[in-house]
Amino acid sequence: MAEHILSVKALTKRFGGFVALDSVDLQLGEGERLGLIGPNGSGKTTMINCISGALFSDQGTITFKGADITRLPAHRRTHRGIVRSFQIPRPFRTMTILQNLMVPMEYAAAQGGGDLETEARDILDIVGFRGRASENSGRLTQVDMRKLELARALAAKPQLLISDEAMAGLSSSEVDEILDILFKLNGRGVAVIMIEHIMRAVFRFSQRVVVLDAGRRIAEGTPAQIVKDPLVERAYLGV
Amino acid sequence: MRLGGFWGLMAAALVAGLAFATLTNNEYYFTAAYAILQALVMAIAWNILGGFTGYVNFGSAGFFALGAYATVALHKFLPSIGFAPPLVVYVLAGAVVCGLIGLATGYLTLRLRGVYFAIATLALAIVFQTFMNNWGYVGAAKGTSILTPDPPQFLWGYVSFSSYVKYLFVVMLLLALTAIVISRYIANSKFGRGLAAIRDDEVAAECMGVPTLRLKLISAAVMGALMGVAGAPYPFFATFVDPQSAFSLVIAVNSIAMPMIGGTAYWYGPVVGALLLGTAQEAISVTISSELNVFLVGVVLVACVILAPRGLVGFVNDMRAKAKGRG
Amino acid sequence: MITDPGLFLNTVVAGLLLGGFYTAVALGLSIAFGQLDIVNIAHPAFIIIGSYFAYLFGSQYGFDPVLTGIAMTPVFFVLGIVVYRVYYASFERTGQESLSGLAFFFGLMFIIEVTLILIYGVDYRLVPAPYIGVNWKIGVVDVPLRMAIPFAVSMLMTIGLFFYLSKTFIGRAILAVSQDRQALQLMGADPVKIKQVAFGLALATASIAGALLIIIGPVEPSINREYIGRAFAIVVLGGMGSITGTVLAAFILGIAESFILTYASPSWAPAVAFGILLFTLAVRPSGILGRQS
Repeated sequence: MAEHILSVKALTKRFGGFVALDSVDLQLGEGERLGLIGPNGSGKTTMINCISGALFSDQGTITFKGADITRLPAHRRTHRGIVRSFQIPRPFRTMTILQNLMVPMEYAAAQGGGDLETEARDILDIVGFRGRASENSGRLTQVDMRKLELARALAAKPQLLISDEAMAGLSSSEVDEILDILFKLNGRGVAVIMIEHIMRAVFRFSQRVVVLDAGRRIAEGTPAQIVKDPLVERAYLGV
Repeated sequence: MRLGGFWGLMAAALVAGLAFATLTNNEYYFTAAYAILQALVMAIAWNILGGFTGYVNFGSAGFFALGAYATVALHKFLPSIGFAPPLVVYVLAGAVVCGLIGLATGYLTLRLRGVYFAIATLALAIVFQTFMNNWGYVGAAKGTSILTPDPPQFLWGYVSFSSYVKYLFVVMLLLALTAIVISRYIANSKFGRGLAAIRDDEVAAECMGVPTLRLKLISAAVMGALMGVAGAPYPFFATFVDPQSAFSLVIAVNSIAMPMIGGTAYWYGPVVGALLLGTAQEAISVTISSELNVFLVGVVLVACVILAPRGLVGFVNDMRAKAKGRG
Repeated sequence: MITDPGLFLNTVVAGLLLGGFYTAVALGLSIAFGQLDIVNIAHPAFIIIGSYFAYLFGSQYGFDPVLTGIAMTPVFFVLGIVVYRVYYASFERTGQESLSGLAFFFGLMFIIEVTLILIYGVDYRLVPAPYIGVNWKIGVVDVPLRMAIPFAVSMLMTIGLFFYLSKTFIGRAILAVSQDRQALQLMGADPVKIKQVAFGLALATASIAGALLIIIGPVEPSINREYIGRAFAIVVLGGMGSITGTVLAAFILGIAESFILTYASPSWAPAVAFGILLFTLAVRPSGILGRQS
């Protein structure tokens, strides 16, 4: 059996009396493309907050590349290769696009020296920002900010990228642009967990889909299997 | 500002300062210039934690006072064991002591959200003042007097100073230029980019691999050390130190107003602010009254915060960007 | 000495009286910061203005300070509205609150302190009143009137404010505006106008608190800084958004300081508030009765 790059066991998180995650398991293979879906409030964001280190879970373990990272601070997880993009983009507004990339390059990927700029321009090419390196990041369009989020995630040299609703509110062609970038990423061997509500993107992208509802994992399978699962239908339609 | 141009400017400033010192003996000029340069160092110090890192600190001037008191304490202690060290020893001591205290208090306060952090630092300054009010060794509330030493000589008498104030001016000039160099170096370094990331979005910075707590602590330590450096020669300058004057509110507001007026996001913002506000204050003190000058600092700060929140430099940059957009 | 019951009782009573006064000090900040999230570091400076008004009318015309404090509340109320409108136009509307707003109030505090120094100098000022210097004795306990009167006035003011906030429409709107702007708008009330009234009320309490302050002891312009730590420690310890919490925390601080004063040394008193503030922020930032933000 192939080694899992990420192994989450019995993850539980409570906020006061509210149980956001109830003993959830998740496994991810190296280079795998996983879709994580579920209705609003099902615990998807909490899940990735726990995996990325923005929150500490109450119970359960998280293992990454064989090491237990359950209590590791967020910036150390980034060093090890777990990178997330934010649902609402959070660029470093006083810096240029290039400088935005330099921060994760210098800190997460621990890169130094002269090849920084070349690498950065490489990444800018992937997201379609060629020639825009010295543009100020504070005044970008929505889709450009999403691309910057992904570019920054790329600059951190991830082995696992968690993309949190990177396509929300975008037009159909813009969705395809983002999907394109994610495919390119995955082509370089980066495992991706995609959280999305845009189903055609999820089904096109994912090799496997996990469904959460009310903090519990209710289904798992290929996109084709999930579409037919009555439990999933009930969760979304509330029947 | 490109590297060559920057060092050229620093060299020119140094030469100008030294020429000024050689050409005139007017005590007032050196006193005024010392005050402005001291304010410049403090403005740069504040800006490291306040402007670069985005943690606005209302108690940082307390470190200036601590640097002054470190000198007072050492000046009493060292001769008793047979040492009479030169000024540079006191400056180094101020840097180390205040840097360490900055680190320690940073550890206490930097986990707090922006607003609570600011309040905590203000209360912290009052605690420092309370300690100094109670410490008999340095004179407690009544304060201590320090006799003005003789101006030193260097290079076997080849370099000498006609008055101690002139010597202090040259020392502070060197310290100010060093502070500017340090500040610019930080701004353009990996460390500086990490600080800017923390300022722009601390959560995102942490997720991009920036060890935020560690960087904030270093930032606080540097701020403390530079403030301590500004305060260390103060007892020799003022010849009298008591908590009331060392922890003076004017000094505190100046160290915030100057970077804010100049522009906190840039290393040259505090320089601009300090030179402008400092000279204006001296001019007003001399021509109208020193009380009015103090009042004006407050008014200027409030006006600046309301009308030009990114400071003069930010304002000019915005104007330039707008013009470019139209052109 | 610690085992002396008379001293112990006196310390407790002194702490309670002090706590009552501290309630008056913190009430305005509890409204401005606790309810409206406006970090008014200048609130103690406004209190000192109140003290100087009491001094002015007390020394010139012989007016009782409490009367002056009450009489000046409309002036302070209007002042509060003006300050809030400037703050709103410059910061709240553009969403830049926290840091620039802080600098704004810091600058205000500075201007107030310096103006007072310009007018009155740094000497301590007193106000003459018939009850200052009078001590009641209840059993073994000393009750100085200069503490008891402020305690009583402060409690009356607190109860009055409490009723106003819970019984009148505007009062309840003020409590609501901190929690749900939209619901308020749907009810037909303008959030900005409500906040304006709230801030005006906050400053109005400063008028009375200032008068009480100068009854308790002499006043000079830089005292305001001592009270910044105290006021914020109280509001944070009590919990943001809870008037009851503020009252509770004020008494806790009063008693703590009283014990340090009696059993340790008076010059350490300012450090008590700071210690409480730091401790609360480290251990339970939402305070005793605060809402989870």
